[in-house]
Amino acid sequence: MEKKATERKGGKIKGTSRQQPQRKAKRAAASKSDAGQIVLISGNEACVEGALAAGLGFFAGYPITPATEISEVLSTRLPAVGGKFIQMEDEIASMAAIIGASIAGLKSMTATSGPGFSLMQENIGFGIIAEAPCVVVNVMRGGPSTGLPTNPSQGDVMQARWGRHGDHRIIVLCPNSVEECYTLTIKAFNFSEKYRTPVILLMDEVVAHMREKMTLPPESNIPVINRVKPSVPPEWHIPYENTPTGVPPMAAFGDGYRYHITGLVHDQHGFPTQRQDEIKEFQSRLTNKIEKARKELIMVETEFIDDAKVAVLSYGSTSRSARRAVTMARKGGSKAGIVRLLTLWPFPVRAVQRLSEHVDAIIVPEMNQGQLVGEVERHACGRCSVVPLNRYDGAMIEPEEILHTILEVE
Amino acid sequence: MERTKLVHKYLRSEKKFPHLWCPGCGDGILMGAMIRAIDRLGLDQDNVVVVSGIGCSGRLTVYVDFNTLHTTHGRALSFATGIKLANPKLTVIVVMGDGDATAIGGNHFIHTARRNIDLCAIVINNNVYGMTGGQYSPTTPMGAKSATSAFGNIERPFDICELARGSGASWVARGTVYHVPMLDNLIMSAITKKGFCMLEVAAYCHTTFGRRNKLGKPTDMMRWMRDNSVRTEAFQKLSDEERMGKMEIGVLADFDYPEYCEMYDEVIRKSGGGA
Ligand SMILES: Cc1ncc(C[n+]2csc(CCOP(=O)(O)OP(=O)(O)O)c2C)c(N)n1
Ligand code: SF4
Ligand SMILES: [Mg+2]
Repeated sequence: MEKKATERKGGKIKGTSRQQPQRKAKRAAASKSDAGQIVLISGNEACVEGALAAGLGFFAGYPITPATEISEVLSTRLPAVGGKFIQMEDEIASMAAIIGASIAGLKSMTATSGPGFSLMQENIGFGIIAEAPCVVVNVMRGGPSTGLPTNPSQGDVMQARWGRHGDHRIIVLCPNSVEECYTLTIKAFNFSEKYRTPVILLMDEVVAHMREKMTLPPESNIPVINRVKPSVPPEWHIPYENTPTGVPPMAAFGDGYRYHITGLVHDQHGFPTQRQDEIKEFQSRLTNKIEKARKELIMVETEFIDDAKVAVLSYGSTSRSARRAVTMARKGGSKAGIVRLLTLWPFPVRAVQRLSEHVDAIIVPEMNQGQLVGEVERHACGRCSVVPLNRYDGAMIEPEEILHTILEVE
Repeated sequence: MERTKLVHKYLRSEKKFPHLWCPGCGDGILMGAMIRAIDRLGLDQDNVVVVSGIGCSGRLTVYVDFNTLHTTHGRALSFATGIKLANPKLTVIVVMGDGDATAIGGNHFIHTARRNIDLCAIVINNNVYGMTGGQYSPTTPMGAKSATSAFGNIERPFDICELARGSGASWVARGTVYHVPMLDNLIMSAITKKGFCMLEVAAYCHTTFGRRNKLGKPTDMMRWMRDNSVRTEAFQKLSDEERMGKMEIGVLADFDYPEYCEMYDEVIRKSGGGA
């Protein structure tokens, strides 16, 4: 949505045509009308559609339930638009390969579930420090270890936030419907390109496998952001310059800007540094570029919240049960409201602070033993009570359970 | 003098020196050979990508003026696979250590060879984890002392060339940092030849390995290489007994297997995505 026209034009002028091979022709053929194309697809398929619409050029992955369909569908769809698909020997290699492809100028993605997500973490950290845009889809399943392969879970909320070693920020988006798997995949790519960082799309098994009707919009309505490329001659280009936005322009290998990329903390030229001033400046820039973008990155939806006394704060498929529960409670005269997080990280601190000022209680239903609820408590700061509602037996939280808690809390 | 000038053309001399290697380390000899090979092939610096892993060997990418990527420990080949497949026009050279390539990165090593993607992979084999202070690696000889094998190494070492050949590499060779003109030529072949080309470079780490095993100064370790390396043509004529303690050098395998990126172009064509 934001900056659609200018960013796109910018990309084209600077010759990113290689970035989205033949995407246009293919999409045009697929669209049935100007109003878009109505389809009945799964969340995983919608994620694929979103990725292709965003200009995906490269996918590397390793099969794992419940994310496998994303690989399977892309193995035929991606070459058909001139892109590249590769099945790697494991998730470590998959993550490495998509960063390599990103550095070579393509928009890239991988998709996995818990065990594979754990294996990717070191290289996701590399993507963060090297500032290589890419998208990592994690369709969560219960764990630890092989855990519960096909049951729904929301157990990776904290792994997504803190899975890497060291200090860093990360962007994590969480859809609750098939349509949102599509729109948030596009958002994930746009954020990754704009802020030069890996973005994690945290799906759960329910949204990944459920089928829903949605409209694939015509290409002209899809907001696509491409990374900014350097516009200065190579001799002037400072690859990791501390620019006002905190996001330096990014040249692809082969563009004529020879430079060094490393996982070591580096100076503005990209070379390893041990100087304390440079280390601090670099680390702060990486943090600030995300912190300064909170307004754009944080997406929160509310319903029935103005007069609410009890709010149900949820995310992913759990929010569907929450919505049903709150609707039922409202019918019974309860002053219940809904807060749904589309962005889990950076955590919507202000939204929770404000909420805690005017409700008596926040109920946090999660398909885990309590992860995001800790963050809610931290920012509610005792201004209201925070009530966890957890289910971790491999089944979805049902609306009745949430309704029951609403009535209990009231 | 000529040689020195040439090397300086490709070094990031004003930006990132002095280097981190110990005086006398073999890694610099390999770096010189790589630069000469690239120069002689007349490659455009802008189209050359050098990827490295983590280790003393991995630091090489900081010093050379190409598109350089210093990755994570063991994963250099996977990053390189992404780069090459994304843009097959780039010449991609990957420099790894023995631990990097065959311990933590062993899985990527065999699978990258099996795929036969067009990469020039150079493994600097100093038979030890140099950077972390000399622990035994998958290529440390049996009996050798290291920071983690005070009583002598009891693990049998890998033959990196056999590993590459068995995994499906198109081209496999072994050179040494003593036989420098030969090393230049081997790197040129590894870059030119299509498919996965693996060059093992026998090197040494006098600091962490030589000292512990009383192998002497760098010059002594090079002398060992001179006296115990046998070119493959001659090596093939030796009896098993005569081969004991000798190191075969030269091109050890040369096949014409289909290359991955070219085969992928065919996938694109079949899927209807060709231009
Ligand atoms: C995941 C991970 N494990 C361990 C290390 C520590 N480490 C750094 S270099 C190295 C060994 C390097 O040995 P080798 O690959 O033979 O390279 P050399 O230093 O001998 O050139 C190790 C174990 C690391 N950086 N990352
Ligand atoms: S520790 Fe060994 S491998 Fe590393 S720079 Fe010194 S001599 Fe070379
Ligand atoms: Mg070594």
